[in-house]
Amino acid sequence: MFGLDKKDTSKLIIVACLALLAPFILNPFPTDSALAQFNAGYPDLMQRFVIFGIFAIGFNILFGLTGYLSFGHAAFLGVGSYSAVWMFKLIGMNVIPAIVLSVIVAGLFALLIGFVSLRRSGIYFSILTLAFAQMSFNLAYSVLTPITNGETGLQLTLEDPRILGVSATADGSIPVTNLFGLEMRSTFEMAVGPWAFQFNAGYYLCALIMLAAFYLSIRIFRSPFGMMLRAVKSNQQRMNYTGLNTRPYTLAAFVISGMYAGLAGGLMASMDPLAGAERMQWTASGEVVLMTILGGAGTLIGPVLGAGFIKYFENIFSKINDNVLHTWFSFLPDGMEDAVVFIIHPFIGKGWHLTLGILFMLVVIFLPGGLVEGGQRIKGWLSRRKSKDGGKAAGETNPAE
Amino acid sequence: MGILEVKDVGKRFGGLQALSNVNLSVQENSVHAIIGPNGAGKSTLLNCLVGKLIPDTGSVMFDGQSVLGRAPYEINQMGISRVFQTPEIFGDLTVLENMMIPCFAKRDGAFELNALSSVLRQNDILQKAEHMLEEMNMADKRHMHAAAMSRGDKRRLEIGMCLSQEPRLLLLDEPTAGMARADTNNTIDLLKQISDERDITIAIIEHDMHVVFSLANRITVLAQGTPLVEDDPQNIRGNPKVREAYLGESA
Repeated sequence: MFGLDKKDTSKLIIVACLALLAPFILNPFPTDSALAQFNAGYPDLMQRFVIFGIFAIGFNILFGLTGYLSFGHAAFLGVGSYSAVWMFKLIGMNVIPAIVLSVIVAGLFALLIGFVSLRRSGIYFSILTLAFAQMSFNLAYSVLTPITNGETGLQLTLEDPRILGVSATADGSIPVTNLFGLEMRSTFEMAVGPWAFQFNAGYYLCALIMLAAFYLSIRIFRSPFGMMLRAVKSNQQRMNYTGLNTRPYTLAAFVISGMYAGLAGGLMASMDPLAGAERMQWTASGEVVLMTILGGAGTLIGPVLGAGFIKYFENIFSKINDNVLHTWFSFLPDGMEDAVVFIIHPFIGKGWHLTLGILFMLVVIFLPGGLVEGGQRIKGWLSRRKSKDGGKAAGETNPAE
Repeated sequence: MGILEVKDVGKRFGGLQALSNVNLSVQENSVHAIIGPNGAGKSTLLNCLVGKLIPDTGSVMFDGQSVLGRAPYEINQMGISRVFQTPEIFGDLTVLENMMIPCFAKRDGAFELNALSSVLRQNDILQKAEHMLEEMNMADKRHMHAAAMSRGDKRRLEIGMCLSQEPRLLLLDEPTAGMARADTNNTIDLLKQISDERDITIAIIEHDMHVVFSLANRITVLAQGTPLVEDDPQNIRGNPKVREAYLGESA
C-alpha cells in the first residue's frame, strides 16, 4: 500500500492508530480516580507528543541514517516558530501559510548551517552545529530583538496588520489560529461514564501532519537515497572511491531534517502563537538527541516512541509532588511513610530529570538499540516461549537451518 | 601511448622525497605490476593516481585527460576503480546492497536525490547486482551483513563492486596482503579470469612475487621513490639491479 511493503505498511497503520486514537489510549483512567493524574490525553500534551514526534523523525533521518550527530537542531525548530508567528502577525491567522513558511525558512537556514558544518565530520561536526545553534539562540535573545522580541518572546498583539485577516476580533481580542475557519483550540469533549475524552482540532491537524511526515520518512529510508545515506554512515572512503560525492548526500539529509524541525516549530506556534528564544537553546537540541537514541536511532518507529516517552515523563512525573506521594503511601505507618516519601522525593516534581537520566542510562547500557530493541527482545522471547509450548506446530513454521 | 601516463611525478612530505621523476606508462588491456621494497613510494604513487594526494610536480593523464586536482569520486567516474589493501566495503549493509551502490553510481552519477522511489523497484540495478554476485560466486550470501564475511569474501566482494562499475582501469593495492595461501590463489585466479574475459586494464601494487609473476605482463620496479626498471616479467626476474634493490647489496 502507498508504495510500501507489508512490514512498513503495518508500521504506518500502527502509528496511525496510535495517533488517531490517542485521546482514548492516553486517558485510561476515569477522571476522578486517584490515577487520573497519569492521564495524558489532554490537547496541550497530545499536541506536544506528535510535534516532538515530527522533530525526532526528522532528526533520525540525519542521525539515524548518516550517523552525523547534530547538536543544534533546536535552532531550526526555533526559526520555524518565529517564521510562523511572523506569518500570523503579517498575513493572517490561517495556519497553512505559517507552516509552509516555517518549513521553507528552516530549510534555507539548514542549508546555510549544513554547508559550513558538513565540512567536518564526527565530533567536529557536532561542535560546529552546537556553536551555530548557540549563536542563533544568543542572536534571538538579544541582537535580533526587532525580529524576535528578545527575552520576552515574539507574541501577537492587537496592532498587528494581518492583511488577510483582522487585527482584532469584534470583541477586541486577538484572533485565534485556525485552519480555514476551524479554530485550532476548539475541543470536543466526550463523556463516557466516568471517563472524559477530549478531541482537539489542533491535535488532529498535528497528528495528520505527523503521519504524513512519518510516511515520507519511510519512503526516504527505503529509497536509493536512503541507502546512500546508510552507506555514508558505513564507509565514506568507499563512497568516494565508488564515484559518489558524499557532500551533497549529507547536505540533503541535513536540510530535510532541518525542514522537519521547522515543520515542528511551525506547528508549535500554530497551536500556541508565540515563539521564544529558549526553544533554540542547546538543552532543546539535546532533548531531540535523547528522544532519538532512547527510542532507537536508525529505526523508523523509534523516534516517535522516544518523543512520546520523554514528553510523558516531563509532564506527568513533574506533576507528582510530596502531597500526592503522602496520599499514595498513607497506608504505611507514619514514620515509614515519611521515609518512603523522603527517598522518592528527589525523583519526582522538579527532580524528574533524575528519573529520566537513570532510565536513559539503563536503556543505553542494556538496550543499545533503544525502546525498539526492547520491543524486539520481548517479541523474540514470547515467540520462543510459544514455540516451546507449541512444539511441533511452531517447529514447522520455523524450520531449522 | 598508454591508457595511464605518469610523467615526472614528484611528491615531498616535509624532509622526505617520497617520489621523484616517476615516469610510468600503463598500456591498455595489460596487467601492469608496480613492485618495490617497503618505503619505495608505491602507495604514495597510487594515492597520486586516485586523487587522494596531489603530486608536487609532473602530470598524470588517464585516457588523454589530466586527473590532477580532481576529487577521488570524479576520478572514479572517469573510469578508474580502486581496490584497497584492507577491503573497504559497506560493513553495515547487506552484500546485495553493497553491490547495488556502485551500480547506482554508474547509472546516476555522483549524486542523485532519488528519495521517493523504492530500492526494490530499481529492476535494472537489482538485476545487474544479482548478476555480478553470481559471477563472483556469492549469490548465496546476498542477504548477509558484509562485515560478517571472511577476509577473502570481502576482497571478492570489493573486486566485484569495482567491476560492476565497468571501469577501464582497475587499481589494486596489495590485494593479497594478509591472506592465507588458499585465499591468495583464489584471488590470483579471479584476477586472471577478469583480465582474460574483460576489456580492462589492471595496475597492481604487490609485495608477493608469486602474485606478481603469475599475473603481470609488465612490471615496474620502484626503489626510493624512482622507477628502477620497467620491463617484461622474464627480464625482471634476472635483473641484478632489481635483486639488489630487493635483497640488499649482499645478494
